[in-house]
Amino acid sequence: MTLGYYPGCTLKSHARNLEDSAIEALKVLGVETVELERWNCCGAVYSLADDDLIHQLAPVRDLIRAKDMGLDKVMTLCSMCYNTLARANLLMRNDEAKRKTLNDFMEEESDYAGEVEVIHLLQFLKNDIGWDKLKAAVKVPLKDLNLSPYYGCTLTRPLEVSIDEAVSPTIFKEFIEALGGTYIHSDHSAECCSSYQMISNPEAAIEAASKVVRSAEDQGADALALSCPLCEYNLGKRQVDILKKHDDLKPLPTFYFSQLLAVALGVDPLICRFELNPTASLELLEEKGVVEKVSA
Amino acid sequence: MPIIISDSQVVRDFVQKVEEISGEKFSKCMQCGTCSGICPMGAEMQLSPRHTVLMTKFGQKDRLLDSNTVWLCASCHSCLVRCPRGLDLPKVMEAIRQITLRTNENYLEPFEIPDELLEDLPPIAMVSCFRKHTA
Ligand code: SF4
Ligand code: SF4
Repeated sequence: MTLGYYPGCTLKSHARNLEDSAIEALKVLGVETVELERWNCCGAVYSLADDDLIHQLAPVRDLIRAKDMGLDKVMTLCSMCYNTLARANLLMRNDEAKRKTLNDFMEEESDYAGEVEVIHLLQFLKNDIGWDKLKAAVKVPLKDLNLSPYYGCTLTRPLEVSIDEAVSPTIFKEFIEALGGTYIHSDHSAECCSSYQMISNPEAAIEAASKVVRSAEDQGADALALSCPLCEYNLGKRQVDILKKHDDLKPLPTFYFSQLLAVALGVDPLICRFELNPTASLELLEEKGVVEKVSA
Repeated sequence: MPIIISDSQVVRDFVQKVEEISGEKFSKCMQCGTCSGICPMGAEMQLSPRHTVLMTKFGQKDRLLDSNTVWLCASCHSCLVRCPRGLDLPKVMEAIRQITLRTNENYLEPFEIPDELLEDLPPIAMVSCFRKHTA
Protein backbone atom coordinates (compact mmCIF):
# COMPACT_ATOMS: atom_id res chain seq x y z
CA MET A 1 0.00 0.00 0.00
CA THR A 2 1.22 3.54 -0.73
CA LEU A 3 0.26 6.65 1.17
CA GLY A 4 0.67 10.30 0.10
CA TYR A 5 2.59 12.23 2.68
CA TYR A 6 3.10 15.92 3.48
CA PRO A 7 6.09 16.43 5.84
CA GLY A 8 6.22 20.19 6.50
CA CYS A 9 9.29 22.27 7.30
CA THR A 10 9.99 21.26 10.88
CA LEU A 11 10.10 17.55 10.09
CA LYS A 12 13.00 18.17 7.74
CA SER A 13 15.00 20.02 10.40
CA HIS A 14 14.27 19.91 14.13
CA ALA A 15 11.83 17.00 14.16
CA ARG A 16 13.62 14.30 12.15
CA ASN A 17 12.77 12.02 15.07
CA LEU A 18 9.06 12.48 14.28
CA GLU A 19 9.48 11.82 10.56
CA ASP A 20 12.10 9.06 10.37
CA SER A 21 10.41 6.91 13.00
CA ALA A 22 7.01 7.25 11.32
CA ILE A 23 8.28 6.31 7.86
CA GLU A 24 10.14 3.25 9.15
CA ALA A 25 7.19 2.16 11.28
CA LEU A 26 4.87 2.42 8.28
CA LYS A 27 7.27 0.24 6.25
CA VAL A 28 6.95 -2.46 8.91
CA LEU A 29 3.18 -2.20 8.48
CA GLY A 30 3.57 -2.65 4.71
CA VAL A 31 2.95 1.01 3.83
CA GLU A 32 5.27 3.02 1.57
CA THR A 33 4.97 6.77 2.00
CA VAL A 34 5.07 8.93 -1.12
CA GLU A 35 6.20 12.44 -0.33
CA LEU A 36 4.38 15.26 -2.15
CA GLU A 37 6.39 16.75 -4.98
CA ARG A 38 7.41 20.42 -4.65
CA TRP A 39 5.58 20.85 -1.35
CA ASN A 40 5.87 24.19 0.42
CA CYS A 41 5.40 25.45 3.98
CA CYS A 42 1.70 25.29 4.89
CA GLY A 43 1.93 28.53 6.84
CA ALA A 44 1.80 26.74 10.23
CA VAL A 45 -1.42 28.46 11.31
CA TYR A 46 -4.71 28.69 9.46
CA SER A 47 -5.64 32.25 8.61
CA LEU A 48 -8.52 33.33 10.86
CA ALA A 49 -9.21 36.62 9.08
CA ASP A 50 -12.11 36.32 6.65
CA ASP A 51 -10.67 38.88 4.25
CA ASP A 52 -7.19 37.33 4.15
CA LEU A 53 -7.03 34.94 1.24
CA ILE A 54 -3.36 35.35 0.44
CA HIS A 55 -2.38 33.08 3.34
CA GLN A 56 -4.65 30.33 2.04
CA LEU A 57 -2.51 29.98 -1.07
CA ALA A 58 0.30 28.06 0.62
CA PRO A 59 -1.79 25.21 2.05
CA VAL A 60 -4.01 25.05 -1.04
CA ARG A 61 -0.96 24.74 -3.31
CA ASP A 62 0.11 21.70 -1.29
CA LEU A 63 -3.31 20.16 -1.74
CA ILE A 64 -3.12 20.82 -5.48
CA ARG A 65 0.22 18.95 -5.57
CA ALA A 66 -1.51 15.98 -3.95
CA LYS A 67 -4.38 16.09 -6.45
CA ASP A 68 -1.96 16.39 -9.39
CA MET A 69 -0.16 13.27 -8.18
CA GLY A 70 -3.46 11.41 -8.33
CA LEU A 71 -3.67 10.99 -4.56
CA ASP A 72 -7.03 10.80 -2.85
CA LYS A 73 -5.52 11.22 0.61
CA VAL A 74 -2.60 13.07 2.11
CA MET A 75 -1.19 12.06 5.49
CA THR A 76 0.47 14.46 7.91
CA LEU A 77 2.48 13.85 11.06
CA CYS A 78 2.80 17.37 12.46
CA SER A 79 -0.41 18.44 14.21
CA MET A 80 -0.10 22.04 13.06
CA CYS A 81 0.35 21.09 9.41
CA TYR A 82 -2.60 18.73 9.76
CA ASN A 83 -4.82 21.50 11.10
CA THR A 84 -3.78 24.12 8.55
CA LEU A 85 -4.14 21.79 5.56
CA ALA A 86 -7.42 20.29 6.79
CA ARG A 87 -8.99 23.69 7.37
CA ALA A 88 -7.81 25.07 4.04
CA ASN A 89 -9.24 21.95 2.42
CA LEU A 90 -12.66 22.56 3.98
CA LEU A 91 -12.56 26.17 2.82
CA MET A 92 -11.99 24.98 -0.76
CA ARG A 93 -14.76 22.41 -0.43
CA ASN A 94 -17.39 24.62 1.16
CA ASP A 95 -16.87 28.25 0.16
CA GLU A 96 -17.70 28.68 -3.48
CA ALA A 97 -16.80 32.37 -3.75
CA LYS A 98 -13.40 32.01 -2.08
CA ARG A 99 -12.66 28.83 -4.02
CA LYS A 100 -13.21 30.72 -7.27
CA THR A 101 -11.03 33.67 -6.20
CA LEU A 102 -8.20 31.36 -5.15
CA ASN A 103 -8.41 29.17 -8.24
CA ASP A 104 -8.52 32.22 -10.52
CA PHE A 105 -5.52 33.74 -8.76
CA MET A 106 -3.47 30.55 -9.23
CA GLU A 107 -4.22 30.29 -12.93
CA GLU A 108 -1.03 28.28 -13.52
CA GLU A 109 -2.31 25.52 -11.21
CA SER A 110 -5.03 22.89 -11.62
CA ASP A 111 -8.39 23.95 -10.22
CA TYR A 112 -9.01 22.58 -6.76
CA ALA A 113 -12.26 21.98 -4.89
CA GLY A 114 -11.21 19.97 -1.86
CA GLU A 115 -11.01 16.59 -3.65
CA VAL A 116 -8.13 15.28 -1.54
CA GLU A 117 -8.70 14.11 2.04
CA VAL A 118 -6.27 15.38 4.70
CA ILE A 119 -5.60 12.89 7.48
CA HIS A 120 -3.27 12.54 10.43
CA LEU A 121 -1.24 9.35 10.90
CA LEU A 122 -3.22 8.43 14.03
CA GLN A 123 -6.38 8.37 11.90
CA PHE A 124 -4.68 6.23 9.30
CA LEU A 125 -3.60 3.75 11.97
CA LYS A 126 -7.08 3.56 13.40
CA ASN A 127 -9.13 3.51 10.20
CA ASP A 128 -6.87 1.97 7.56
CA ILE A 129 -4.61 -0.35 9.55
CA GLY A 130 -6.90 -1.01 12.51
CA TRP A 131 -5.94 -1.40 16.15
CA ASP A 132 -6.14 -5.20 16.04
CA LYS A 133 -3.71 -5.45 13.15
CA LEU A 134 -1.41 -2.95 14.83
CA LYS A 135 -1.57 -4.94 18.07
CA ALA A 136 -0.66 -8.09 16.21
CA ALA A 137 2.36 -6.38 14.61
CA VAL A 138 3.85 -5.22 17.93
CA LYS A 139 7.17 -6.95 18.65
CA VAL A 140 8.24 -5.01 21.74
CA PRO A 141 5.15 -4.17 23.80
CA LEU A 142 5.56 -0.93 25.75
CA LYS A 143 4.70 -2.72 28.95
CA ASP A 144 5.38 -0.92 32.22
CA LEU A 145 5.37 2.43 30.39
CA ASN A 146 2.79 4.85 31.79
CA LEU A 147 2.08 7.16 28.90
CA SER A 148 -0.06 10.26 28.95
CA PRO A 149 -1.11 11.43 25.50
CA TYR A 150 -0.98 15.10 24.70
CA TYR A 151 -3.36 16.16 21.94
CA GLY A 152 -2.69 19.87 22.32
CA CYS A 153 -5.01 22.15 20.36
CA THR A 154 -4.68 21.39 16.70
CA LEU A 155 -5.60 17.69 16.54
CA THR A 156 -9.05 18.24 17.97
CA ARG A 157 -10.04 21.87 17.43
CA PRO A 158 -12.07 23.28 15.79
CA LEU A 159 -14.66 20.49 15.70
CA GLU A 160 -14.83 20.25 11.93
CA VAL A 161 -11.23 19.06 11.70
CA SER A 162 -11.02 17.05 14.91
CA ILE A 163 -9.32 13.69 14.34
CA ASP A 164 -11.65 12.16 16.92
CA GLU A 165 -14.54 13.08 19.18
CA ALA A 166 -13.44 16.64 20.05
CA VAL A 167 -14.24 17.08 23.74
CA SER A 168 -13.25 13.63 25.00
CA PRO A 169 -11.03 12.10 22.32
CA THR A 170 -9.86 8.50 22.79
CA ILE A 171 -7.81 7.84 19.65
CA PHE A 172 -4.47 8.43 21.41
CA LYS A 173 -5.52 6.18 24.30
CA GLU A 174 -6.41 3.41 21.84
CA PHE A 175 -3.05 3.90 20.14
CA ILE A 176 -1.08 3.62 23.39
CA GLU A 177 -3.01 0.53 24.42
CA ALA A 178 -2.50 -1.10 21.03
CA LEU A 179 1.25 -0.74 21.60
CA GLY A 180 0.94 -2.44 24.98
CA GLY A 181 1.54 0.73 26.99
CA THR A 182 -0.49 1.92 29.95
CA TYR A 183 -2.69 4.90 29.21
CA ILE A 184 -2.62 7.67 31.80
CA HIS A 185 -5.44 10.16 31.73
CA SER A 186 -4.60 13.83 32.19
CA ASP A 187 -7.09 16.65 32.54
CA HIS A 188 -4.75 18.82 30.50
CA SER A 189 -4.25 16.50 27.54
CA ALA A 190 -6.01 18.93 25.21
CA GLU A 191 -5.26 22.20 27.00
CA CYS A 192 -2.94 24.59 25.22
CA CYS A 193 0.80 24.42 25.99
CA SER A 194 0.98 28.12 24.93
CA SER A 195 1.98 27.49 21.31
CA TYR A 196 3.96 30.36 19.71
CA GLN A 197 3.57 32.43 22.89
CA MET A 198 6.75 30.76 24.13
CA ILE A 199 8.59 33.26 21.91
CA SER A 200 6.56 36.41 22.54
CA ASN A 201 5.31 35.96 26.09
CA PRO A 202 7.57 33.34 27.70
CA GLU A 203 6.44 33.91 31.29
CA ALA A 204 2.74 33.34 30.60
CA ALA A 205 3.73 30.50 28.27
CA ILE A 206 5.77 28.70 30.90
CA GLU A 207 2.81 28.86 33.28
CA ALA A 208 0.47 27.31 30.71
CA ALA A 209 3.01 24.63 29.79
CA SER A 210 3.73 23.82 33.44
CA LYS A 211 0.06 22.91 33.95
CA VAL A 212 0.31 20.29 31.22
CA VAL A 213 3.40 18.75 32.82
CA ARG A 214 1.91 18.91 36.33
CA SER A 215 -1.36 17.29 35.34
CA ALA A 216 0.36 14.34 33.63
CA GLU A 217 2.81 13.91 36.49
CA ASP A 218 0.09 14.05 39.16
CA GLN A 219 -1.69 11.19 37.40
CA GLY A 220 1.46 9.07 37.47
CA ALA A 221 2.70 9.43 33.89
CA ASP A 222 6.26 8.32 33.10
CA ALA A 223 6.20 10.35 29.89
CA LEU A 224 4.13 12.43 27.51
CA ALA A 225 3.34 11.20 23.99
CA LEU A 226 2.78 13.97 21.47
CA SER A 227 2.53 14.75 17.79
CA CYS A 228 3.44 18.42 17.41
CA PRO A 229 6.98 19.81 17.17
CA LEU A 230 5.86 23.07 18.76
CA CYS A 231 4.34 21.21 21.73
CA GLU A 232 7.57 19.22 21.89
CA TYR A 233 9.57 22.44 21.95
CA ASN A 234 7.44 23.95 24.74
CA LEU A 235 7.04 20.83 26.87
CA GLY A 236 10.27 19.02 26.01
CA LYS A 237 13.08 21.36 25.07
CA ARG A 238 11.85 24.21 27.27
CA GLN A 239 11.04 21.92 30.19
CA VAL A 240 14.23 23.16 31.86
CA ASP A 241 12.60 26.57 32.15
CA ILE A 242 9.37 25.05 33.45
CA LEU A 243 11.30 23.13 36.12
CA LYS A 244 13.26 26.24 37.11
CA LYS A 245 10.00 28.06 37.86
CA HIS A 246 8.28 25.03 39.42
CA ASP A 247 10.88 23.17 41.42
CA ASP A 248 8.34 20.70 42.81
CA LEU A 249 7.95 19.17 39.33
CA LYS A 250 10.17 16.31 38.21
CA PRO A 251 11.65 15.97 34.72
CA LEU A 252 9.02 14.35 32.48
CA PRO A 253 10.33 12.65 29.31
CA THR A 254 8.55 13.41 26.03
CA PHE A 255 8.22 11.24 22.91
CA TYR A 256 6.72 11.69 19.52
CA PHE A 257 3.95 9.13 19.11
CA SER A 258 5.74 7.84 16.01
CA GLN A 259 8.86 6.99 18.02
CA LEU A 260 6.76 4.87 20.37
CA LEU A 261 5.12 3.23 17.38
CA ALA A 262 8.48 2.48 15.78
CA VAL A 263 10.16 0.95 18.84
CA ALA A 264 7.09 -1.14 19.54
CA LEU A 265 7.22 -2.45 15.97
CA GLY A 266 10.86 -3.39 16.44
CA VAL A 267 12.45 -0.58 14.39
CA ASP A 268 16.10 0.06 15.23
CA PRO A 269 16.13 2.77 17.95
CA LEU A 270 18.94 4.52 16.07
CA ILE A 271 16.44 5.32 13.31
CA CYS A 272 14.12 6.89 15.86
CA ARG A 273 16.72 9.59 16.53
CA PHE A 274 16.29 9.67 20.30
CA GLU A 275 19.32 11.96 20.45
CA LEU A 276 16.93 14.74 19.41
CA ASN A 277 14.70 14.14 22.46
CA PRO A 278 15.61 15.37 25.91
CA THR A 279 18.02 12.71 27.27
CA ALA A 280 15.67 11.37 29.94
CA SER A 281 13.44 10.00 27.17
CA LEU A 282 15.92 7.38 25.93
CA GLU A 283 16.96 6.53 29.48
CA LEU A 284 13.35 5.82 30.35
CA LEU A 285 13.00 3.36 27.45
CA GLU A 286 16.25 1.66 28.48
CA GLU A 287 15.16 1.46 32.08
CA LYS A 288 11.85 -0.15 31.05
CA GLY A 289 13.66 -2.59 28.78
CA VAL A 290 12.00 -1.30 25.61
CA VAL A 291 15.34 -0.55 23.97
CA GLU A 292 18.73 -1.99 24.78
CA LYS A 293 21.02 0.24 26.74
CA VAL A 294 23.10 2.30 24.35
CA SER A 295 23.76 5.39 26.47
CA ALA A 296 26.80 5.27 28.75
CA MET B 1 -14.62 49.17 39.37
CA PRO B 2 -17.40 50.44 37.12
CA ILE B 3 -16.46 51.03 33.50
CA ILE B 4 -17.87 54.28 32.23
CA ILE B 5 -18.42 54.42 28.51
CA SER B 6 -19.21 57.77 26.95
CA ASP B 7 -20.44 58.23 23.42
CA SER B 8 -17.18 59.97 22.48
CA GLN B 9 -15.21 56.77 23.15
CA VAL B 10 -17.35 54.57 20.98
CA VAL B 11 -15.68 53.90 17.65
CA ARG B 12 -18.45 52.55 15.45
CA ASP B 13 -16.18 51.91 12.51
CA PHE B 14 -14.16 49.65 14.75
CA VAL B 15 -17.14 47.43 15.52
CA GLN B 16 -17.86 47.19 11.84
CA LYS B 17 -14.22 46.47 10.99
CA VAL B 18 -13.95 43.68 13.57
CA GLU B 19 -17.17 42.16 12.28
CA GLU B 20 -15.94 42.38 8.74
CA ILE B 21 -12.53 40.79 9.38
CA SER B 22 -13.80 38.13 11.77
CA GLY B 23 -17.07 37.39 10.00
CA GLU B 24 -18.65 37.13 13.48
CA LYS B 25 -21.67 38.88 15.04
CA PHE B 26 -21.12 39.91 18.66
CA SER B 27 -24.84 39.95 19.35
CA LYS B 28 -24.48 36.15 19.69
CA CYS B 29 -22.57 36.57 22.97
CA MET B 30 -24.64 36.26 26.16
CA GLN B 31 -21.72 37.18 28.48
CA CYS B 32 -21.72 33.84 30.30
CA GLY B 33 -17.94 33.89 30.81
CA THR B 34 -17.32 30.27 29.77
CA CYS B 35 -14.57 31.49 27.45
CA SER B 36 -12.79 33.35 30.27
CA GLY B 37 -13.00 30.29 32.49
CA ILE B 38 -11.38 27.98 29.97
CA CYS B 39 -8.77 30.34 28.50
CA PRO B 40 -5.24 29.06 29.27
CA MET B 41 -3.81 32.57 29.03
CA GLY B 42 -6.72 34.28 30.82
CA ALA B 43 -4.86 34.85 34.11
CA GLU B 44 -2.35 37.14 32.42
CA MET B 45 -4.84 39.02 30.22
CA GLN B 46 -5.72 42.61 31.11
CA LEU B 47 -9.20 42.14 29.62
CA SER B 48 -10.71 38.68 29.86
CA PRO B 49 -12.03 37.01 26.71
CA ARG B 50 -15.62 37.72 27.83
CA HIS B 51 -14.73 41.37 28.44
CA THR B 52 -13.06 41.55 25.06
CA VAL B 53 -16.31 40.64 23.34
CA LEU B 54 -18.24 43.17 25.43
CA MET B 55 -15.75 45.97 24.80
CA THR B 56 -15.72 45.19 21.10
CA LYS B 57 -19.51 45.35 21.00
CA PHE B 58 -19.30 48.79 22.60
CA GLY B 59 -16.68 50.00 20.13
CA GLN B 60 -14.00 50.47 22.79
CA LYS B 61 -11.14 50.52 20.34
CA ASP B 62 -8.57 52.25 22.56
CA ARG B 63 -9.21 50.03 25.56
CA LEU B 64 -8.83 46.98 23.37
CA LEU B 65 -5.75 48.10 21.49
CA ASP B 66 -4.07 49.19 24.74
CA SER B 67 -4.70 45.82 26.38
CA ASN B 68 -2.38 42.82 26.12
CA THR B 69 -5.29 40.42 25.59
CA VAL B 70 -5.20 39.71 21.87
CA TRP B 71 -1.40 39.37 22.00
CA LEU B 72 -1.64 36.72 24.69
CA CYS B 73 -4.34 34.73 22.93
CA ALA B 74 -2.69 31.56 21.62
CA SER B 75 -5.51 30.78 19.15
CA CYS B 76 -6.02 27.53 21.01
CA HIS B 77 -9.73 27.42 20.09
CA SER B 78 -10.75 26.13 23.54
CA CYS B 79 -13.21 29.02 23.91
CA LEU B 80 -14.76 28.31 20.53
CA VAL B 81 -15.53 24.66 21.22
CA ARG B 82 -17.09 25.51 24.57
CA CYS B 83 -19.00 28.71 23.79
CA PRO B 84 -22.70 27.87 24.20
CA ARG B 85 -23.52 30.42 21.49
CA GLY B 86 -20.89 29.22 19.03
CA LEU B 87 -19.13 32.60 18.85
CA ASP B 88 -15.79 32.24 17.11
CA LEU B 89 -13.75 34.23 19.60
CA PRO B 90 -10.38 33.20 18.09
CA LYS B 91 -11.52 35.02 14.93
CA VAL B 92 -12.46 38.10 16.94
CA MET B 93 -9.02 38.06 18.58
CA GLU B 94 -7.43 37.72 15.15
CA ALA B 95 -9.44 40.63 13.76
CA ILE B 96 -8.31 42.93 16.59
CA ARG B 97 -4.69 41.82 16.11
CA GLN B 98 -5.00 42.47 12.39
CA ILE B 99 -6.27 46.02 13.00
CA THR B 100 -2.95 46.82 14.69
CA LEU B 101 -0.74 44.74 12.37
CA ARG B 102 -2.27 46.32 9.27
CA THR B 103 -0.94 49.71 10.44
CA ASN B 104 2.49 48.11 10.00
CA GLU B 105 3.10 47.89 13.71
CA ASN B 106 4.76 44.74 15.03
CA TYR B 107 3.97 43.24 18.41
CA LEU B 108 7.15 41.18 18.29
CA GLU B 109 10.35 42.48 16.71
CA PRO B 110 12.03 39.42 15.15
CA PHE B 111 15.55 40.78 15.67
CA GLU B 112 14.88 41.00 19.41
CA ILE B 113 14.60 37.21 19.73
CA PRO B 114 17.69 36.24 21.74
CA ASP B 115 20.36 34.41 19.71
CA GLU B 116 20.52 31.54 22.15
CA LEU B 117 16.85 30.76 21.44
CA LEU B 118 17.13 30.88 17.67
CA GLU B 119 19.09 27.69 17.15
CA ASP B 120 16.58 25.46 18.91
CA LEU B 121 13.40 27.15 17.70
CA PRO B 122 11.55 24.90 15.27
CA PRO B 123 10.40 26.57 12.03
CA ILE B 124 6.71 26.17 12.97
CA ALA B 125 7.32 28.18 16.15
CA MET B 126 8.78 31.04 14.18
CA VAL B 127 6.37 30.92 11.27
CA SER B 128 3.32 30.81 13.54
CA CYS B 129 4.63 33.53 15.83
CA PHE B 130 5.51 35.84 12.95
CA ARG B 131 2.14 35.21 11.35
CA LYS B 132 0.38 36.23 14.56
CA HIS B 133 2.65 38.95 15.89
CA THR B 134 4.30 40.74 12.99
CA ALA B 135 2.92 42.98 10.28
S1 SF4 C 1 -18.50 31.71 26.04
FE1 SF4 C 1 -19.45 32.65 24.21
S2 SF4 C 1 -21.40 33.49 24.96
FE2 SF4 C 1 -20.16 33.07 26.77
S3 SF4 C 1 -19.11 35.03 27.18
FE3 SF4 C 1 -17.73 33.83 25.91
S4 SF4 C 1 -18.18 34.45 23.81
FE4 SF4 C 1 -19.89 35.15 25.08
S1 SF4 D 1 -8.35 30.98 21.57
FE1 SF4 D 1 -7.39 32.68 22.68
S2 SF4 D 1 -9.06 33.57 23.90
FE2 SF4 D 1 -9.77 31.54 23.24
S3 SF4 D 1 -9.24 30.21 24.96
FE3 SF4 D 1 -7.53 30.12 23.51
S4 SF4 D 1 -6.06 31.67 24.20
FE4 SF4 D 1 -8.04 32.10 25.21
